[in-house]
Amino acid sequence: MAVTLAPGRTALPRRPRQDTRRFSPGRIAAWIYLGVIVLATLFPFYWILRTALSNNYKLATDPSSPLPVGFTWGAFERALGIASTAEAQAQGGSGASLDIALYLRNSLIYASVQTALIVLFSACAAYAFSRLHWRGRDLVFNVLISALMVPGVFTLLPNFVLVKDLGLTNTFAGLILPGGLFQAFTLFFLRQFMLGLSSEVEEAAIIDGAGPLRIFLRIILPMSSAPLATVSLLMFVNAWNDYFWPLLITNGQNVQPLTLALGVFKQSSPQAAPDWAGLMAAALIAALPMLLLFIAFGKRVVNSIGFSGLK
Amino acid sequence: MVVTSQGNPTTPVPPPSAAVATTATRPGRPRTVRKPGRHTPTRSAAARRRDLPAALLLIFPAVAGFAVFFAYPTLRGIYLSFTDFHVLTPPHWVGLANFREMSGDDVFWHSLLVTVYFVVLSVCFGTLISLVTAVVLHRVARSSVLRGVILLPFLISNVIAALVWQWMLDPQLGVVNIVLRHLTGHSILFFGSGGWAIPSLAAISVWKWMGYYALLIFAGLQTIPPTIYEAGRVDGASEVQMFRRLTVPLLRPILVMVVVLTVINSFQVFDIVQVTTRGGPANASNVLQMYIFDKAFRQFDFGYAATLSLALFALLITVTFTQLRLARAGESDLN
Repeated sequence: MAVTLAPGRTALPRRPRQDTRRFSPGRIAAWIYLGVIVLATLFPFYWILRTALSNNYKLATDPSSPLPVGFTWGAFERALGIASTAEAQAQGGSGASLDIALYLRNSLIYASVQTALIVLFSACAAYAFSRLHWRGRDLVFNVLISALMVPGVFTLLPNFVLVKDLGLTNTFAGLILPGGLFQAFTLFFLRQFMLGLSSEVEEAAIIDGAGPLRIFLRIILPMSSAPLATVSLLMFVNAWNDYFWPLLITNGQNVQPLTLALGVFKQSSPQAAPDWAGLMAAALIAALPMLLLFIAFGKRVVNSIGFSGLK
Repeated sequence: MVVTSQGNPTTPVPPPSAAVATTATRPGRPRTVRKPGRHTPTRSAAARRRDLPAALLLIFPAVAGFAVFFAYPTLRGIYLSFTDFHVLTPPHWVGLANFREMSGDDVFWHSLLVTVYFVVLSVCFGTLISLVTAVVLHRVARSSVLRGVILLPFLISNVIAALVWQWMLDPQLGVVNIVLRHLTGHSILFFGSGGWAIPSLAAISVWKWMGYYALLIFAGLQTIPPTIYEAGRVDGASEVQMFRRLTVPLLRPILVMVVVLTVINSFQVFDIVQVTTRGGPANASNVLQMYIFDKAFRQFDFGYAATLSLALFALLITVTFTQLRLARAGESDLN
């Protein structure tokens, strides 16, 4: 544990609290600890950037240099498939091209369509389970929520067999549908929020003769915009970074998302030294959309994590 | 030491709606918290009948998704574990043969052991580092920028995390090994030696999830009223004492949740293994999920893979329930 206070502190005459709090050894230790954590968190990100801007051949000559070795944009050109094979091999690339634009497109389709569907359907169901009154409501909800108990990996194999039987392997439909209709977490999260909304506006609308669907679209959805944005963001990050399910379902570059392509890129030169510079450039391109989203909505993500945790 | 408080301290498990109000919604909006399942008095039975068609329409996609892609696969997975099934031919019933094979399968027991080792490392180090980080963020450095920074690894995929660490831990060119050679004269084959493979993978996992769990714990810390610490300070408690006697007991529900989540996630570890070691060297990092994947997609032995999945499922349920039970048994010191 890092935090300790100077012994015998209580015996000392009271100094102004500011001093004791700003310069106690415990606080210094805490800041040092925090510095180490931040460094350990950020260093790999810097190393990705530094490697991606290096010449892969020259990396071996000065592997510990904190700055890029033989600065070049070549790795990004290789990753984006705009370097010629000769150029790529001259810089220690494998010559295997990676059509990253196509994979980016696939990732974008997968993540955005799945997010849109799951958030829409979860919001509809959450409204029915929180604001409408009907026989058996809570029973049905509890049955659905039991899905939280089953680990995700258990349904992967049977789902693969199912998608295969439906003839949907290597299609966006097969990739998106299983996670696009129902996820226990999003349903739970949105219902929890909607239960807490006050019913005054709703009751006024009922007196004015509005039906349940109109109330949902005109009142409840607009009131839920904050949690809808939060859950959309979480779902998007999840789908963007998903690996296992696409690995089972897709095999061609027409559907494969970027996470899978990175693995392929790495194994494209098993005998030779891997093209680390190209790999890191590709990894950076793959991570960039998430980092940009985070810069745009950072506060919301940070807060949503506390929110989702306190079930 | 005793916490003297006027009135009652907050309950250890914050009601979800209260937590929501503190973190995710705009403050200052009036909220009436209603108990789920209670009908508002203004609604008549007739109104409830009118709700039913709309409700059925609205829940249809979710219920369909649950039935087709969740309930049916779960039941089918259980059924397949009693069959011999190689994808191309229809499954045929073999009773308990798969389970008998599993109990005598050395690779399975070894992979179970390896997985448990990974889980223990991830839980111990992950929870400890997250907890200390959260407390330091809460007591010393309240900056949302710092909180954003430690969350960065959570945003990148496991694949990228695994790739960058594999590069940094590379035996010849990896920066970690270069530093090690400077300090000790030796480099370590992190992914190439049996002893180091699992600890290296656990380190990647801890690095990726630490910020996320630290923020969960931080959210829990924010629900502890500062008056409790004031009281502690008046009683002359040191920071360490306050951490041990106040923070940890009050955080118990959140800590339990973090441990449970870490266990559930760690038992299902797959992608970082697939990208780095593929279960090697010599099965040293052949975690359960990797073994299941191998059985299903390299040997096309789906029946046996389903049996292994069922074993993992049973294991997870047991571990989770045990943890929750143990946690509940220890909740008495909270008031």
